[in-house]
Amino acid sequence: MTDLVIIGGGPAGMSAAVAAYEKGVRDILILERDEHLGGILQQCIHNGFGLHRFGEELTGPEYAWKYEKKVRELGISVKYRTMVLAVSPDRIITAANEEEGIFTVEAKAVVLAMGCRERPKGALNIAGTRPAGIFSAGTAQKLVNQKGYLPGKSVVILGSGDIGLIMARRMTLEGAEVKAVCELMPYSGGLIRNIEQCLNDFGIPLKLSHTVVEIHGREKLEGVTIAKVDQNRNPIPETREYIACDTLLLSVGLIPENELSVQAGIQLDAVTGGAVVDQDRETSRQGIFACGNVLHVHDLVDFVSEEAETAGKNAAAYIMGERGRSCDIPVSCDKKIRYTVPQRITERKDLTIFFRVADRYRNVKITVLGDGRVVHSVRKLRMAPGEMESIRLKGELLQDISRIRLELEEMEA
Amino acid sequence: MYDVAIVGAGVVGGMLARTLAAYDLSICILEKENDVAMGATRANSGIVHAGYDAEEGSLKARLNVRGAEMMEGITRELGVPYRNNGSLVIGFGEEDRRTIEGLYARGCKNGVRDLRILEGEEARELEPGLSESVVCALYAPTAAIVCPYELAIAAIGNAMDNGVSLKLHFEVGKIEKKEGYYEISSGEEKVSARFVVNAAGLYSDEIAAMAGDHSIQVHPRRGEYLLLDKDCGNLVSHTIFRTPSHRGKGILITPTVDGNLLLGPTSVDMEDKEDRSATEEGFARIVEQARENVKNIPFRKVITSFCGLRAAGNTGDFIITSPEPGFVNAAGIESPGLTAAPAIGEYIVEMLKSQGLVLRKKEDFHPVRRPAYAFRNASVEEKNEMIRRDKSYGRVVCRCETVTEGEILEAIRTNPPARDLDGIKRRTRAQMGRCQGGFCMPYIAELLSREMQIPFEEVTKSGKGSEIVAGRTKETKAK
Repeated sequence: MTDLVIIGGGPAGMSAAVAAYEKGVRDILILERDEHLGGILQQCIHNGFGLHRFGEELTGPEYAWKYEKKVRELGISVKYRTMVLAVSPDRIITAANEEEGIFTVEAKAVVLAMGCRERPKGALNIAGTRPAGIFSAGTAQKLVNQKGYLPGKSVVILGSGDIGLIMARRMTLEGAEVKAVCELMPYSGGLIRNIEQCLNDFGIPLKLSHTVVEIHGREKLEGVTIAKVDQNRNPIPETREYIACDTLLLSVGLIPENELSVQAGIQLDAVTGGAVVDQDRETSRQGIFACGNVLHVHDLVDFVSEEAETAGKNAAAYIMGERGRSCDIPVSCDKKIRYTVPQRITERKDLTIFFRVADRYRNVKITVLGDGRVVHSVRKLRMAPGEMESIRLKGELLQDISRIRLELEEMEA
Repeated sequence: MYDVAIVGAGVVGGMLARTLAAYDLSICILEKENDVAMGATRANSGIVHAGYDAEEGSLKARLNVRGAEMMEGITRELGVPYRNNGSLVIGFGEEDRRTIEGLYARGCKNGVRDLRILEGEEARELEPGLSESVVCALYAPTAAIVCPYELAIAAIGNAMDNGVSLKLHFEVGKIEKKEGYYEISSGEEKVSARFVVNAAGLYSDEIAAMAGDHSIQVHPRRGEYLLLDKDCGNLVSHTIFRTPSHRGKGILITPTVDGNLLLGPTSVDMEDKEDRSATEEGFARIVEQARENVKNIPFRKVITSFCGLRAAGNTGDFIITSPEPGFVNAAGIESPGLTAAPAIGEYIVEMLKSQGLVLRKKEDFHPVRRPAYAFRNASVEEKNEMIRRDKSYGRVVCRCETVTEGEILEAIRTNPPARDLDGIKRRTRAQMGRCQGGFCMPYIAELLSREMQIPFEEVTKSGKGSEIVAGRTKETKAK
């Protein structure tokens, strides 16, 4: 029996481990599928990480090292090159590696920190051929930054997610020509700062309300046809335009990797693709916590670390018998808000509700309703789906309340 | 000098090679691509048809029913997955009912066992996902599913293990009749064989013409498919066909042996034999039709879409002919070609025998191949024993399909060896899951580079011209 098993040694897993240790748990095991800690941060060699958390601009590996150093100093055990194959509802973990073969670990508590993966190209049903030269942006990032290979020399990027934007700059710096970034929506899903620093600074056109409608080339990609889309996101035939390119990068969204959560019988949120959790990041299975991109896709690693601290600390509290559920308050939202995390509140204490809006808005009021009555509200000048928002609630506001609802109201300018 | 040269390493050529490998003969398979199973075998529905479709008395009917009977035993020997899931032809009105009654009668004449006509309610009891508008169905419990390229790979692998040679990148350009043998050339390279079998799929008309037989015409028929995530594989358990009508055969909905859900194919007659491009209209048609047949298909779970070209002949039947002794055509092997393939092999062996090929059973013929998913399907104890012997089985490379490094190395090292990323995909399913290779592709490319002793830059997706990277980055170049 191990006290705490953490699945995944990326930023979420490391931060959860450190927080649990600091709370007093010593018997911690991180299971990591790669040969190093840090997860995807290791291929993110650009800067901009850590502004919120450390007040400085770090690269991905530098940010990861801050936590890896702590994990090492605290002597927290890590099994590398170890793939978790299953998690049972009663917290028995089955994993495999080269030295031990297939083995099981029984845990008092589990933190799920498996991260997310990129939405693949096939999901998009693009017409045309299936040649070489089509990559998800993250795969291209790995090839360029970790393996030292350039996928191609003339590039079109579909989707303006942050990885796509970062790769537009990276490929340009490597001497490739990025001809266009096409975004299906009338706005970008990426951070504003990335649009400025990765596209505008390099004169790369961002084509909003555009998509790739056809792929050309037999063995190797020769070009793509793009088209503008109408309000219903259907391509407008007259706007079809051919762009010659040897590389198509796809940055069309991230999906939390929750196969293990499903096996463990954990309730998932259809919108986030991650677990339904309470304010402490405990899932519907007692003693199993989730944090980071496996829970919901974050735009900044700083918030991943913060969330994982919450999960780690509370997993430790669970192990030490200090956790109890004193209430069960569902948190819901209207259609202008895509989702909230947490989705339920099990203790009336100070907490933060994270959420994303469904569209771009200007001059809005976010209202928190408790049993239909306004308990809190904030005004925001600009909101966009690409930016994660949060609202802090005082514990005393939750007294005698049985349900919480977030609403977004557009105000007159 | 070979006894038999087979042109084309698809499922027909592969099954024939394996059948011939049981005899004391020298055999070679000539294939123009970088891998086997690259034509119609690569992308089709994977159905073992019961045999009620083809007109009675036709070669299609006879070889379909015989092939279907042989399939289970062959897949067991070759260690490839086979699932006897049964099929339903669903009808929506009186016209469909008459057609279904016709199919039933034809099936009985063709010798298909256990056919039954069901009323709508009975059909829905068997397959609860069926549309409420279904009023009747033809139920064929003998129908089954296999994976077409796995079957061809296994058949060719088994043939090679039993001494058959495979020549890749051998694109036949000339066939010359010599004294008692044929000389087949691909550029400067030449192969001589006493007997030649033309199993060249889409190109079988051109191969026949090289040998002087201009009677065959083959044209490509495009079939587009949508493949859905594994968590949709249980949406239906049977293979569901639409009743054929003046509107065509319609698209089918079927689970695959690997647990995905497959929708398709469209059917469009084409001219260009290399044009494998899928179309928006095709995908839209699949969605529209699939929706009519089965309720609640989660189309957002599509993980990939693809297009295959089937080799449609000009006679309506399989064209298995011999224009002169020593040369046999297996052309126009369209549906139910996959089902019929084992029987076609048997049939052609008899033809060759009657033309003077001497068949002596080999004593050391080994019909059994190590199962394709030996590791995956093993018990935990067996897996641990394998990992103890070879650590690479403890290293999971493809997360979505849980494929280990050991299985990937096996695919590169066993017959017929995988030489590119798609070859690994077809043999192991690595890169075939939800992320479609997003995580594991660079790692698999490294394994290919190491095992084949070629630079990373020369690793391809699917043969020459499809290299996955353009070169080194600035920094690594500077070093």
